[in-house]
Amino acid sequence: MRITCPYCGPRDVAEFTYLGDGTLRRPDPAAPGAAAAFHDYVYLRDNPAGRHTELWYHAGGCRSWLRAVRDTRTHAFESVALATDSVPSEQAQ
Amino acid sequence: MRFSVLSLAREALTGHRGWTPTWRDAAPRDAYDVVIIGGGGHGLATAYYLAKEFGIRNVAVLEKGWIGGGNVGRNTTIIRSNYLLPGNEPFYEQAMKLWEGLEQDFNYNAMVSQRGVLNLYHSDAQRDAYARRGNAMRLNGVDSELLDRDGVRAMAPFLTFDDARFPIQGGLLQRRGGTARHDAVAWGYARGASDRGVDIVQHCEVTGFLREAGRVVGVETTRGTIRAGKIGMAVAGHSSRVAGMAGLRLPIESHVLQAFVSEGIKPLIPGVITFGAGHFYISQSDKGGLVFGGDIDGYNSYAQRGNLAVVEDVCEGGMALMPMIGRLRLLRSWGGIMDMSMDGSPIIDRTPVDGLYLNAGWCYGGFKATPASGFCFAHLLARDEPHPVAAAFRLDRFASGHLIDEKGAGAQPNLH
Ligand SMILES: Cc1cc2nc3c(=O)[nH]c(=O)nc-3n(C[C@H](O)[C@H](O)[C@H](O)COP(=O)(O)OP(=O)(O)OC[C@H]3O[C@@H](n4cnc5c(N)ncnc54)[C@H](O)[C@@H]3O)c2cc1C
Ligand SMILES: [Zn+2]
Repeated sequence: MRITCPYCGPRDVAEFTYLGDGTLRRPDPAAPGAAAAFHDYVYLRDNPAGRHTELWYHAGGCRSWLRAVRDTRTHAFESVALATDSVPSEQAQ
Repeated sequence: MRFSVLSLAREALTGHRGWTPTWRDAAPRDAYDVVIIGGGGHGLATAYYLAKEFGIRNVAVLEKGWIGGGNVGRNTTIIRSNYLLPGNEPFYEQAMKLWEGLEQDFNYNAMVSQRGVLNLYHSDAQRDAYARRGNAMRLNGVDSELLDRDGVRAMAPFLTFDDARFPIQGGLLQRRGGTARHDAVAWGYARGASDRGVDIVQHCEVTGFLREAGRVVGVETTRGTIRAGKIGMAVAGHSSRVAGMAGLRLPIESHVLQAFVSEGIKPLIPGVITFGAGHFYISQSDKGGLVFGGDIDGYNSYAQRGNLAVVEDVCEGGMALMPMIGRLRLLRSWGGIMDMSMDGSPIIDRTPVDGLYLNAGWCYGGFKATPASGFCFAHLLARDEPHPVAAAFRLDRFASGHLIDEKGAGAQPNLH
């Protein structure tokens, strides 16, 4: 598996660290129901078989956080962008 | 089908044409008292104990492929009960006790081999951590021995003791640990369940749930609608998908774990040996192949195959520990989909949906759990209350804070 980093080009997956689901949004700790919202944020995942938006860190390269879309059934990447440039739309809960 | 010395001799002389199927490949009926989704080790064991121990025989096991085609047929067959935490250790020891009597219990050769599991330590801090784990095991009545360097050398003289970076200082040994024949475990449970009236239905994928007044009352499958009094999910790496059909999100990510087998050689590795400085573990099968593995690949996957970076990492671990294997050829490698939970421990519990029960979150270590997992899940399905040794495996522990995190790694599945 190779990841095409927007800075560094196609690089071996061994250079990257995986964080996980890239659609999660940190809840507002002051909002009502924050405890339940944090439980969902920290522990619950959609874990789809198919298209998955996810965060990778290019530790062995430019040290950027990347947000990628990848098919979990084939490992094929659809897109890779800098995480800061690609804030996802509000996640469907 | 029963086997004996006599039947073996007869079949050997008559060209092996008289063998009949070991268990009954059933067609689904319209309704059952209990439907188990998933014909892996856990699903089959659950059905077996439901029928044998709890007197519930009107049961079906629905499997989307063929039984034993999932992780139960893909694992590296290690069984052990060397856990640290009180929520885990009594459960895994229950499993170990069931392993010890399993072949007598279901009258099938599962090749349970208590050849020992040895975890090596490479620093003072790691020795202290292993001593603590060994003591925790002993507090639960489980055997454990802390070996020093000479003790390890006597068992496995071929290891690299003087590696400059990670010298071997000793190891934690559980002599009752070892390996079992994974396929035979599936077949033994299948036969035992089938003989007691359980329908094992293959090529029957669950595609949805039938609901009435909020309760699940059946499943939609590729072979029609099947009604059920209770439904138990035991689908391992596919837990999130099946739970999703009932509207549930689980504290689980699916990850791929790879395993490797070398060409066969003469007996070399005495038991199971794990490298404490990297992630590498190895044993030798009865056919002579070295069976080994290491870390999960570390990203969400349903592909049942992994990547070369991990192959390299695992082989580096092997070379650091026992360079003599460097000229062996790799025969096969494969991957399986792990249900990695958010604290690294399993879930055996009711779900918020009435009538639906969950057995999941086994991570890379659910084979050793198979007998106790089946027993405790059957107990829950039959009595609607958890078995005492599985009482900590609650689904709501992530909300209540009663996590069972052996490694203290936090809610990051690829670190467990
Ligand atoms: C490479 C590898 C090495 C491992 N090594 C070890 C080890 O040494 N020791 C250890 O203790 N554990 C080990 N494990 C983990 C262990 O194999 C699993 O935790 C355990 O097998 C999971 O339970 P199971 O046997 O019921 O799973 P499975 O055999 O995967 O059973 C689940 C079944 O559910 C079926 N299913 C899924 N969705 C549906 C649906 N919608 N409808 C119908 N059926 C469905 C699947 O087809 C599958 O057959 C390893 C795993 C792997 C992959
Ligand atoms: Zn980069």
